Amino acid sequence: MLAVAAERVWKYFGDYPALRGANLEVEAGSCMALLGRNGAGKTTLLRIFAGLSNPTKGEVRIAGTVGYLGHGIGVYDDLSAFENLTLFGQLQGVADPAKAADEALERVGLTRVKDGMAREFSRGMRQRLAVARAFLHLPDILLLDEPFTSLDDKAIAVLQSLLEAALAGGSTIIMSTHQIREAMELATHVAMLERGLVVHTGPQNPEMLADPAWLYRTYGEKQ
Amino acid sequence: MTHGFRTAYAIARKDLRTELRTKESLNAAASFAVVILVLFSFAFPLERDEFYAISGGLLWLVYSFAGALIVNRGFARELPNDCLDVLIASRAPGWAIFLGKAVAAFLLLLIVEFICLPVFGLFYNIRWTDSFGSLVLVIVLATWGITVVGTAFSAVTVNVRVRELMLPVLLYPMIIPLLIGAMEATTVLLSGEAMAGDNLYSLQLLVVFDVIYTALALYLIDYVLVV
Amino acid sequence: MREKATYLLGALGALVMISNLHTIFVGLPDDALQGMIFRIIFIHVPADLVADLFFTIALVTSVLFLARKNFIYDSITVACIEVATMLILVNLVTGSIWGRNQWGVWWTWDLRLTTQLMKFVLYMSYLVVRPAIAEPTQKATMSAIIAIFAYADVPLVWMAIRLPNVRTNHPSPVMGNGKMAAVYNAPFGMGMLALLLIGSALVLLRLHQETSQREIDSLRRELHAA
Repeated sequence: MLAVAAERVWKYFGDYPALRGANLEVEAGSCMALLGRNGAGKTTLLRIFAGLSNPTKGEVRIAGTVGYLGHGIGVYDDLSAFENLTLFGQLQGVADPAKAADEALERVGLTRVKDGMAREFSRGMRQRLAVARAFLHLPDILLLDEPFTSLDDKAIAVLQSLLEAALAGGSTIIMSTHQIREAMELATHVAMLERGLVVHTGPQNPEMLADPAWLYRTYGEKQ
Repeated sequence: MTHGFRTAYAIARKDLRTELRTKESLNAAASFAVVILVLFSFAFPLERDEFYAISGGLLWLVYSFAGALIVNRGFARELPNDCLDVLIASRAPGWAIFLGKAVAAFLLLLIVEFICLPVFGLFYNIRWTDSFGSLVLVIVLATWGITVVGTAFSAVTVNVRVRELMLPVLLYPMIIPLLIGAMEATTVLLSGEAMAGDNLYSLQLLVVFDVIYTALALYLIDYVLVV
Repeated sequence: MREKATYLLGALGALVMISNLHTIFVGLPDDALQGMIFRIIFIHVPADLVADLFFTIALVTSVLFLARKNFIYDSITVACIEVATMLILVNLVTGSIWGRNQWGVWWTWDLRLTTQLMKFVLYMSYLVVRPAIAEPTQKATMSAIIAIFAYADVPLVWMAIRLPNVRTNHPSPVMGNGKMAAVYNAPFGMGMLALLLIGSALVLLRLHQETSQREIDSLRRELHAA
């Protein structure tokens, strides 16, 4: 079963096409790493999947609830950790937002500071709060835009373990990334984007893990 | 639909809670409004009785200045940490996000207005308690008009470089008919006339304005939020 | 080819305008009541009517842009609004000159003048805000929304300035409310035609510019992306 499918998706910014008929299919329960250079269209594609942007042409199908973690942490500085998460639970229509918030805080290890304002948190704590927010409603599909960039070690560990658990629980993950090593620990599949097109999709293989440059050499743009 | 109204309520509560914690726009709008009220007494050195004729105009100029400061924060409040993305990517429908933010701005502006009203009465010796019920109706109708147009434009300008400059440029021309209606209705009430007969046209105008722009904003907001 | 047609249209408009000016100044006698100045009406009124036509086209293309996301609609919208706003300015200036002559003041808060001024202010805000939006799709979308909001405001302005007290506060001289004499029909129609042709030529010219500008922008982006 497909969790996410993009069919000949075009996205124009003015007359400039950021996506030029990209096709992508992601099986439910798999973890897809989106690779490619800056400007290849990774973020645009993820934003379309998340419903933050409309494709100019083409079709996108999403089967299930979506959790999104973008470049910003998506957390209000003047609300406490608990208030942030209950608000998000209400937006998602979670049955018991307060309970969901408590559980999410537990998962990322912020229970002790649940009533602290987000603005008083350290960088790492804020990132963990963002992770808790994205996972709060236990979404079927997780969309992560360069999740490991700028995370501290602890937040990376928390995120990795949550992603592993989500994957084991049958969730689908799509993440764009530059940190190939971190991504490859989880990724079951890899998609390579090049100037607005998906030029390669396939299961992960040992070469990718051993040598991050291999992928770009093999499927990347010919010099 | 139910989920929509529930999320609108949650967003309005969130906006009010953060605003009451930081009081950023409340303090700015209230103190600015009072200063303008003081300045008007030098701009129009009139006798006490003459003030009644321009009372509605004075009051609504002050209120619209305060309103611009309040709605300026509307969607801009969602910019730090990319919170707007989170709102849009959540299951909350666009109209509910808009409604929540408009209601919050509406209540905040009402707070500022009811702080200013007694100050206004005091400075200019104007009795505003006589027809208080009708006055509240006029204030509520016109304030909703200001905040619904203002919040819509705060969404339109949220990604504009010089947002703070552009919002008033859009807002004031658009609310001119609303302000004309509110000024007239308020002058009528403060002068002790009855809200009846021809004087009712101004109320009708306020209602028509509110209905048209509420409908337009709720209908068009999805185009604004997801491009 | 397109450009030639545009210039041809403009030249044709200019010709009609010149021949009509000749008719107006040489062919028509002075008005019994207003004298010489009444001739301004053959520019003044057509300017507003043509402007309203372009504002209406801009409303339709704004809605079409939102529905279809085709940038040609955005280009038509901005071209129409720019030219229409300029025509409203022509209308205001000629009206002001006429008012100075007939009423002895450059400006009065007459119902028509006020409505025109509000239109001018509303659409000026469109023209001021539009360039401040950088990303082309956003620029087009937000512009369309502003254009729709502005159009909806015009009938409300019309309502507002007819409120009983607003009216009595500003005594409003009444424009000639009688019907126009039949002899004026032809020059009036020609005035309409002239401004319609010149206006359309200007709209088309701005349309070409907008389209080329967007192509240049996209090529520049392409260059940066490569």
